[in-house]
Amino acid sequence: MVKLLRVLATAFGLMLLSSSAFADAPDPVLEARVNKIAVRLRCLVCQNQSIAESQADLANDLRRQVREMLVAGKSEKDILDFMVERYGDFVLYDPPFQMTTLLLWGGPAALMLIALSGFAWTVRARRRQASAPMLSDADKAHARALLDDAGDNRNNNENPA
Amino acid sequence: MKAKALVPLALFVALLGFFAVALWHAQTRDAHEIPSPLIDKPAPTFKLTQLHTPDKTLSLADMKGQVWLLNVWASWCVACREEHPVLVDFATKKVLPIIGLNYKDKRDDGLAWLAAGGDPYTTSVVDTDGRVGIDYGVYGVPETFLIDGNGRIRFKQIGPITPEVLDKVLLPKIKELQRG
Repeated sequence: MVKLLRVLATAFGLMLLSSSAFADAPDPVLEARVNKIAVRLRCLVCQNQSIAESQADLANDLRRQVREMLVAGKSEKDILDFMVERYGDFVLYDPPFQMTTLLLWGGPAALMLIALSGFAWTVRARRRQASAPMLSDADKAHARALLDDAGDNRNNNENPA
Repeated sequence: MKAKALVPLALFVALLGFFAVALWHAQTRDAHEIPSPLIDKPAPTFKLTQLHTPDKTLSLADMKGQVWLLNVWASWCVACREEHPVLVDFATKKVLPIIGLNYKDKRDDGLAWLAAGGDPYTTSVVDTDGRVGIDYGVYGVPETFLIDGNGRIRFKQIGPITPEVLDKVLLPKIKELQRG
């Protein structure tokens, strides 16, 4: 029974694989290369999908464009440049590092640095506080005098003469 | 000591500031409008067959020396329905040539659309497989490119041309370019 299920599951899995991979892909090696580039390109119609995921018409066309350029012997960089020339930096899922994206790329590191230095500063302040004597000798003497005083008063109250 | 206690408050106010700016941005500008890198660059070349006369072509070079509009449209495009009457009306004023790029459409559908709604185009050319569209960075129809006499793209309208866009944005730019 288990064996039968396993066979069925495998067959079903193969079916899924073949239908998705070979529907428009006679050459799986080429298609893998297309996909590697397609996941780096944003579908501008749907914006939150890459052109590898999207079934929008434009995404189909752009995948075709990538495929043709690969067949024509273009490199990945050639293809990404081609897309940026036409659609702008936004077409790239990873925004390039440049002046306008400085805050985007450097921001998290800067925030981390600020947080860490704040933490270090607090720790050092606490340590200084802890190692410093709580009371100076003069303070101690003063405190003892006050306590003695209070003690005398209490004694007086408890034993009225 | 008092000043130090205000630091968290100041940080919080700064954060609110960021949120306010982001909200304001989201309201005033459409997130779907992506600035085209083609502005002020030479328009990509094309040579396409004409919609009405398939045995004739039109190329970018044919438009040299005049300020013109390239309007990307399709019979399947919903927003084009909103734009179309505005273009038909604008075309009667004969301000400049309007070339229609019939994008990823069937010839018969395109012709039927123009027969029904009127034809504002000096010429329409056919981009059946959308390749010229890719060269122009088209991602949402309708889109309109304003191209100057030297063949440079000077402005791109993403989405339909409304009467407001026409009067306030497009016409002033056209006038400026036509003055030279």
